[in-house]
Amino acid sequence: MRAFLRIVWIVVKKDVTVEVRSLELLSTTIFFAITVVLMFSFGLVVEGRAVQDVAPAILWIAIAFAGTLALGRTFERERQNDTLRALLLAPADRPAIYVGKLTGILLLLALVESVLVPLVGLLFNAPIFAQPVRLALTLVAGTIGFCAVGTLFAAMLVRARSRDVLLPIMLYPMTVPVMIAGVRGTAALLQPTPDLAIAQFWMALLGFFDVVFVTLALWTFDPVMTD
Amino acid sequence: MNQLTVTDVARHFGRRKALSQVNFTCSAGEIVGLLGPNGAGKSTLLNILATLLSPSKGSVSYGDRTADEGGAAVRASIGMLGHDLFLYPELTARENLTFFGHLYGLADVPREVANALEQAGLSARADDLVSSFSRGMRQRVALERALLHGPKLILLDEPFTGLDQASAGALVARLRNRQQAGCMIVLATHDLEIADGLLTRALFLIGGKPVADPGGGAQLRERYHAAVASAPA
Repeated sequence: MRAFLRIVWIVVKKDVTVEVRSLELLSTTIFFAITVVLMFSFGLVVEGRAVQDVAPAILWIAIAFAGTLALGRTFERERQNDTLRALLLAPADRPAIYVGKLTGILLLLALVESVLVPLVGLLFNAPIFAQPVRLALTLVAGTIGFCAVGTLFAAMLVRARSRDVLLPIMLYPMTVPVMIAGVRGTAALLQPTPDLAIAQFWMALLGFFDVVFVTLALWTFDPVMTD
Repeated sequence: MNQLTVTDVARHFGRRKALSQVNFTCSAGEIVGLLGPNGAGKSTLLNILATLLSPSKGSVSYGDRTADEGGAAVRASIGMLGHDLFLYPELTARENLTFFGHLYGLADVPREVANALEQAGLSARADDLVSSFSRGMRQRVALERALLHGPKLILLDEPFTGLDQASAGALVARLRNRQQAGCMIVLATHDLEIADGLLTRALFLIGGKPVADPGGGAQLRERYHAAVASAPA
């Protein structure tokens, strides 16, 4: 377990160092996510009043789009100099490499969400500070489920010629349950009077999806990466 | 591991045959050259030897184990320099080597990295980003990355690309040194002048199939041209 965590740490550290040097992924995903939210706000906020209950859907759409962009770019970086092959050639546990890549993308999306959530709250008059801990947990659980599948697919498609087209085509149908649970759980928390029982139910469902998706990805990463 | 055995290896990509009926061995202290025109299957074969691709047919044994049986232990004994250099341009030479040193679980990473940088002649530029290096300098860092963990099997895909005469000479000396240390080296190259005299033997690949070495004590270039000419169209 210690060796596993050591590999996770060095992969995450490398990804963070590369990103801090270039800021390429962070700037593009944040800019893209903000643009998505702004576009929706122009359409759905009239005279300062947002269409009711629309904020959770906008938030998760922005997260899904930004996440897809981040997943594609992260592995494009590994493809450009064929460094993914170098990672796979190392005697390290391949599932640890997967978890390292997943953690790096989760950290990136956490930063994106820290900008997105206040922006959605502001533009759509959503009470984001009513249940901050539960909202954060819902976002974390939903993002893990989305990225667990996305990291596996992005790694699988890294050598495919039409990877940019194939990634969303494969990813969105698989993660629809996560998105629905995320939207419903967030909606329950952003109501004028938060429905904690419903929110708890969706959060538990997200936790279940996370366990299933991460387990499946850990199980399949090694065989699918050996062509 | 002191012998690499390739037995009747074939690899198909869909309906396209990239390799077929490849057989050869490489023992400790040997340098085997994979020679052939573009698209001959040299890189595919190297990827199979590196365990990154599975053969569609046949088997590859590393000593007495296959890649599936050996797993991480087999991968730990392989060092590969690919046509792409497997380096992160946003990291410095030292950071790249340190990352791979940790990935391979080396005991004293800073010392090994310092030695590798000295071997590459890049100690003075160790903390410069790899993106600022020339192709030749990147190639030298990439070679050190491949050799950092002291692999027994060294796989090199076009290792002389971008190297000036002095650097190519240094690489040849380095490979001879590894050969004398008992490593097995398989290299794919188009640079027949440099390869001549370096290789223990050559495997000519044309259209994914091995072609017999015409031999006869001729220069490698002449043997290569004879092998290409003798291949069925």
